[in-house]
Amino acid sequence: MKYEITREPLALEPLIEAVRTDACGAVVAFLGVVRELGDGDQPVDGLSYEAYPAMALPEMRAIGEEASHKFGEARLAIVHRIGDLRLGEASVAVAVAAPHRGVAFDACEYAIDQLKERVPIWKKEHFRSGEARWRPNATPRP
Amino acid sequence: MRVCVLAFAGVREIVGAAQRTVEVPDGATVGRVWDDLAREFPRLSEIARSTRLACNGALVERDAALHDGDELAVMPPFGGG
Repeated sequence: MKYEITREPLALEPLIEAVRTDACGAVVAFLGVVRELGDGDQPVDGLSYEAYPAMALPEMRAIGEEASHKFGEARLAIVHRIGDLRLGEASVAVAVAAPHRGVAFDACEYAIDQLKERVPIWKKEHFRSGEARWRPNATPRP
Repeated sequence: MRVCVLAFAGVREIVGAAQRTVEVPDGATVGRVWDDLAREFPRLSEIARSTRLACNGALVERDAALHDGDELAVMPPFGGG
């Protein structure tokens, strides 16, 4: 439905509008946001993200198409932000619309899980101490 | 033939550039390009196991053959989300 990589702040409302139809009784919207403590104990000031868009976008689309059939009929939008993000800002947004909520919840969870595993995007943690480190995703999902 | 190597995240920092063009013999494999790179930047060997390679946007193994003009992405573990 809608798959993007952007440097702009993320907003859910346009994504919800992109996926919702009059046949949908449920919309599930997910935001991944920058949190103060990563997997370690060191407080983080912000994260910077980079992507390989020529591979990431087709992979996001493939995930969306899988999720739209896997649990029943669903419509998805997935947008990832790149660049420098501060605490509390959203790095990824997923919106799913479906006739019923079960399918919407399942498809949304599938999409974000698969994104973290399959989409070539990287994040660097910038610690308050001034140090920085690339942080790979944990497998399996925590 | 010429292959464009794209380096991301920690790999980019080790290599010192996001993109470089390398000259390899016709029929060279992905593994050959990786080995050349790892010889030039020994720190890459520390992350060799976790690094994935993609040719023109599709994941490939070391024995995949390269062609002139191919784009080879060298990718450390993903961290999106």
